[in-house]
Amino acid sequence: MYKYSDFDTTFVAERNKQFRGQIERRVSGALTEDEFKPLRLMNGLYLQLHAYMLRVAVPYGTLRSAQMRRFADVADTWDKGYGHFTTRQNIQFNWPKLNDVPDILESLAEVQIHAIQTSGNTIRNVTADHFAGAAADELADPRPVAELIRQWSTDHPEFQFMPRKFKIAITGSANDRAVTKAHDIGLRVVEQNGELGFEVIVGGGLGRTPMIGKVLVDFLPREDLLPYLEAVVSVWNEIGRRDNKYKARIKITVHEHGIDAIRALVDARFAEVKPEFSGVDMAYLSQFEDAFAEPVYATRSVDAYDIAYKNDPVFRSWADTNLSAHRAEGYSIATISLKAHGKTPGDATSAQMRVMASLAERFGHDELRVSHEQNIILPHVHKSNLPQIHAELSQVGLGTANIGLISDIIACPGMDYCALATARSIPIAQEIAERFDALKIEHDIGHLQIKISGCINACGHHHVGHIGILGLDRAGVENYQITLGGDATLDAAIGQRAGPGFSAAEIVPAIERLVLTYLDVRLSPEETFLSTFRRLGLAPFKATLYPEVKAHAA
Amino acid sequence: MPRPVLPKVITANALIEGDVVYMTAKGVWSRCLSDAEIIDDEADAQIRLLDASAQSGDVVGVYLLDVKAGPNGAEPVHFREAFRRTGPSNYLHGKQEGLGHV
Repeated sequence: MYKYSDFDTTFVAERNKQFRGQIERRVSGALTEDEFKPLRLMNGLYLQLHAYMLRVAVPYGTLRSAQMRRFADVADTWDKGYGHFTTRQNIQFNWPKLNDVPDILESLAEVQIHAIQTSGNTIRNVTADHFAGAAADELADPRPVAELIRQWSTDHPEFQFMPRKFKIAITGSANDRAVTKAHDIGLRVVEQNGELGFEVIVGGGLGRTPMIGKVLVDFLPREDLLPYLEAVVSVWNEIGRRDNKYKARIKITVHEHGIDAIRALVDARFAEVKPEFSGVDMAYLSQFEDAFAEPVYATRSVDAYDIAYKNDPVFRSWADTNLSAHRAEGYSIATISLKAHGKTPGDATSAQMRVMASLAERFGHDELRVSHEQNIILPHVHKSNLPQIHAELSQVGLGTANIGLISDIIACPGMDYCALATARSIPIAQEIAERFDALKIEHDIGHLQIKISGCINACGHHHVGHIGILGLDRAGVENYQITLGGDATLDAAIGQRAGPGFSAAEIVPAIERLVLTYLDVRLSPEETFLSTFRRLGLAPFKATLYPEVKAHAA
Repeated sequence: MPRPVLPKVITANALIEGDVVYMTAKGVWSRCLSDAEIIDDEADAQIRLLDASAQSGDVVGVYLLDVKAGPNGAEPVHFREAFRRTGPSNYLHGKQEGLGHV
């Protein structure tokens, strides 16, 4: 993994020192809130409903055990003993006090973690496939490139006051686990004539105007990546709309100008920018590739796994849902569910964080990942260690076998925390998970992604949920709209609105009707909810959601 | 149809802790909505808002919230303010923890 250079260490320390001074000046009255607000946002500090919230970047979702352990220490020392992992592979602390934030940031800096550019109209934390460097289906580990982009974008002088925020995601696999088509720029490693390069997708995004990204260039040579990214962001920075924040994202720019016009502008800008890159970026990339060298894998028996799999039905269930194919013989990728039924999606207590850190240290080459699905991953574990890993996870409530199932719900913090929210998300996620757990049909239902947002900004990715739920305020009452058929993968699709929304009391029964209808109409247990929806369309689901309308029509 | 003008309470977040606070009749901030001064006159509310906003060393994000009068003082009209008064619904954190009264 990448380790900070002396330059990085000094840079982060200097920023933290500046922010400490800014906070002191705010408290002393030397800075007004209007002056202070942009400064705190540059350092990831929001003011939410009940408290401040500190958003800390987990670069491209990759963590060492010491960093996870430090999150636990921060949670215990300055917060309420837990942290919330987000859909952008960040961690959020919900209860920091303003005057403790400098100490928190200094503590995080000791383990090479910061909160710079986790807010504001800047290039945000670059997200990546959470199986990067481990997935069996991967062409190349995207993290060296993600680190290159991080260093290029951090404090980039041209890109500190852009029309709006800018989000980049990257995957090195054919299977898109990074939702690249719903980002301002999505990058996919592709191969052409034996050379690796990038497909560049631009103008995707969710929020109030959801759009699937469009291909800007289908093969970009590696050495052109940074100048090309600089050209894209530069073009948008110049022509992107600053008159209306709802029309400021690059998806609107691409939509208004057309992808061909944008491509022409980018190409022209690229021609200017490219000569300014001396090749030093490729030298750095080469260093980062060394830093992300594959671990040395062991070759040994997997008997312990086979025996546990055969004899322990609880372990078998967990192995069937939570393990993914690793590229190395005898290894697995283990996903730790932060979605225990009835718990808050994405939350981990300090005790849970310490257990995950310890498992990574002892059995996982010291690596952990945060997924955009708000789970934690041990990317490199030998199968023989899995029974013990599962046992230790189970002791602290982390043994839930539900990855990809209906209770593995993405939910934004919603109105329980977020100042922008129009309704709550968390209680809806908790109730859905508990309901289907009680019905004991979760495994029978199979792969089904529910994603819940508590406002139109769509942090909960509801547009790309197989079932999406959007919480709104309708005349002073929480109201939940359902969308169906969304897809976050390479076949990305925006879900279709099913019809009028449901009250907080009605939404869980509505989801239940929907799912029971799916079980009725699917051709076989192998036909997923999404496939069934694609075959049949909205009609049977609308009929079950709105039976009174059907009765009225008849 | 014009919306009826509801009584107001001045609210903000405490500068250091971020806690939701309300302005009392004595001109000091309280954590409890029931301590808040209910302002019926709209013009008066606007002036009091200006005065409260000037206390920027103690609070951040000062605004007027709609309330109705209840037996224990001001009651929120909107669910957002009901959550601000107590805390999140997934944990007993925020103002609902510790203090028995809200």
